[in-house]
Amino acid sequence: MTEQFAKPEIQKPENIVYKRTDLLVDRPLSYCPGCGHGTAHRMLMEVIEEMDIQEKTIGISPVGCSVLAYDFLDIDMIGAAHGRAPALATAVKRMWPDHFVFTYQGDGDLAAIGTAETIHACNRGENITVIFINNGIYGMTGGQMAPTTLPGMRSSTSPYGRDVPTMGHPLKITELISHLPGVYYVTRQAVHTPGNVRKTKKAIRKAFELQKENKGLCFIEIVSNCNSGWKMTPVQSNKWMEDNMFPFYELGDIKVDGKLVEAAK
Amino acid sequence: MAKIKGDIVINTERCKGCEVCLAACPFTVIAMSKEVNSKGYHFAMKVNDECTGCTNCALVCPDGVITVYRAKVATE
Repeated sequence: MTEQFAKPEIQKPENIVYKRTDLLVDRPLSYCPGCGHGTAHRMLMEVIEEMDIQEKTIGISPVGCSVLAYDFLDIDMIGAAHGRAPALATAVKRMWPDHFVFTYQGDGDLAAIGTAETIHACNRGENITVIFINNGIYGMTGGQMAPTTLPGMRSSTSPYGRDVPTMGHPLKITELISHLPGVYYVTRQAVHTPGNVRKTKKAIRKAFELQKENKGLCFIEIVSNCNSGWKMTPVQSNKWMEDNMFPFYELGDIKVDGKLVEAAK
Repeated sequence: MAKIKGDIVINTERCKGCEVCLAACPFTVIAMSKEVNSKGYHFAMKVNDECTGCTNCALVCPDGVITVYRAKVATE
């Protein structure tokens, strides 16, 4: 049936306006259907392709679903111990200051076991880019409660919803680190609609440009879904994310050019 | 007068049937198939001629299976 509407006169190589970047390895992504990781990977690699820095980019992926990134990103990657990606990125960047170094971390990794490494790397103002995928859950290990799980949100270890008096408040790590002087650019984006995907790509591009100028640490949070962990279909989980995640984790720039956006208003 | 026409090619073997592209398309060009691919997913497919090549579906596709073409076509 698809062939019925195919237009061979338009399907010519010179008419291609969008295709999957060649910097992603040509194999099927092992993420769940509808997972934001795939889109985040693609935007990251498109930026690297546009800036033509494939040979000079080193990625650090620690533990979680993000560890799978080195299977798909056609650049040099290093696997870090759980949560220790910013520490490893610090070492790599100091050894190769002319290279582009980024970490690709999930919320359980960056905001739980790696809190110390994250905060101290941010405070030192290392010239690295941190890409933080926040889906409010430990996705790979079976949907356990993470520091970023919303109040009342169900997970496999909080089956009646997160109870704040016993389980604590969700951690807004992005706002937390935005107050540190070493951090130059902080933003929160999403990848579930075309508009948000374009904004995310711009943010990643900006972070890499700033890294070239040695401005300090750039931190990009991408609020994503985890439809397997949330026990929803991809479309439902995107809707749930808009209704529940975005009021708490507001999208937009938090710190631009070393100045807090709220303070500038 | 020239008109912008678009076309998409979906790598149906790589499609995981998440349906995120359906909501992204402004002209409901994409629908899910009744058949399944070798992995057992109902894949996305093109069901009409309205495509303008806006690239929205390809941008949101987590698996990057959509290639978008766009060309000016002369019309009378």
